Amino acid sequence: MSSYNFLVVDDSPTMRQLITFALKRIHNSQVTEANDGVDALKKLSGNKFSLILLDINMPLMDGLKLLSILRGNPSYNDVPIIIITTEGADVDREKALKLGANAYVTKPIQTNELLKVVKEFLKINE
Amino acid sequence: MSIEEKDIKEAELFKKVEEFLQVFKKGEEFTHELLKENERLRFKIVKLEEDLRSNKKHVDNSQVNLLKNTIAQLEEEKNYIVNKFKEVESENKDFAARYVEVEEENNNLANLYVASYQLHSTLDIHEVLKIVVEIIINLIGAEKFSLMILDEDVNELVAAASEGIDKGEIPNVKIGIGVVGNVAKTGENFFEKDFEKKRDELKEPLVCIPLKIKEHVIGVLVIYSLLMQKKGFNRVDFELFSMLAGHAATAIFSSRLYAQSERKLSTIQGFIELLSGKPKPK
Repeated sequence: MSSYNFLVVDDSPTMRQLITFALKRIHNSQVTEANDGVDALKKLSGNKFSLILLDINMPLMDGLKLLSILRGNPSYNDVPIIIITTEGADVDREKALKLGANAYVTKPIQTNELLKVVKEFLKINE
Repeated sequence: MSIEEKDIKEAELFKKVEEFLQVFKKGEEFTHELLKENERLRFKIVKLEEDLRSNKKHVDNSQVNLLKNTIAQLEEEKNYIVNKFKEVESENKDFAARYVEVEEENNNLANLYVASYQLHSTLDIHEVLKIVVEIIINLIGAEKFSLMILDEDVNELVAAASEGIDKGEIPNVKIGIGVVGNVAKTGENFFEKDFEKKRDELKEPLVCIPLKIKEHVIGVLVIYSLLMQKKGFNRVDFELFSMLAGHAATAIFSSRLYAQSERKLSTIQGFIELLSGKPKPK
C-alpha cells in the first residue's frame, strides 16, 4: 500500500491544523507542517514529499517565492504543489499557475473539496 | 347347319352367357365391396380428421396456456425486479445524498473542532485575538473586520483587533448607538440581507456577532466585507458564528482574567518580598 508524505506550509496554526486534519483521512499519510517559506525549505531538505500545500501570504518568505525556488530545483519538479490562499483574484491565480503551481484553492476551504483535489493528483481511489 | 349343330352352338353360347353373367356378378360384387370399402375409408378419414382437429385444438390451447402462464410469471418477475431496482436506486440516491451530508457535516465539525481547539489553546490575550482573527479570515472568509471589546469603564466598544482596516480608523462605539452598539445592547446577531447594497462599511457592517458569556456581552465581532470569492454564508458559517459568540468570548475573558491574575500575583509576590526582605530570585 502506498504511503503519502505531505508538507503543509501556512503561517496560520488554525489552517495548518485544519488541513492536517483533512489529510490524515488519507490512509498511510504523514503530514509535516511549516509556518513559512524558510521553515518549509528546512523541512524539505532531506525529505521527500508526495505533495505540498502552500499558502501565499506568509512572513519571512511568501508562498510564491517558495514556489519559484521549488520549481527551479529539479528535485521538486515533479512534486504537485497546491496553493491555498485568501487571494481570489484571477491575476493571482494566473501568476501562481504560471510559476508552476498545479492547483489553486481559495480560502475558506471545504476540506472535502481539498481532499478531492489532493486525491486526484495522487491518483488515490478511496 | 343341322339342328344338332345348332343346339351345340346354342349350348356353347348359353354357356358363354352364363360365364359372362358370373363374371359380371363377380364384378358387381367386387364393385359393391369397393364401394363399401370406400365408404368405410371415407368415414374413417372424416373421423380421423375430426380427431386430428380436436387433438390439435387441445394441444394448441394447453401450449398457449403454458406460454401465457410463463409470460405472466416472467412479467411478475420483471415487475418485481424493476421495483427492486427502483428501490435500490432510490436507496442508492439516498445513500449518496447522506454521504454528501455526512461529508459536509464532517467538514463543518472539523472547522468547529479546529476553531474551538485553537481558541482554547492559549491564555495569552494577544494570541487569543490572533486566533480569532485567523478563524474569521480562514474559516469564514472575511476580508475586512474588527473585534470590538467592551471597555466597561467608559461603556464603549473599542477595537482590540482588526484585519483589512487599521484599528485606529475604527471609532469607539457607545452601547446602544448604531448597528454595532445596538447588537452589544440587545445581544442579538445582525446580518445585512442585501450584500450588494452600497453602504458606509463602518456604520453599516455586513455582520455583527455579540461575544457573550451567558447573557453578558463582552464584545462584538464586526464584519465589514467578505473575500471576493465568498459570495454568502452557508450553514457552517452560522455555526462558526454561534461558536465564536460563546467560545471566543470565554477565551478572551479568561485570557484577560489570567493576565490580570498574573499581574496581581506578581504584585503580591513583590510586596511579600519587600516585606520579608528577600529579593525575588532571577
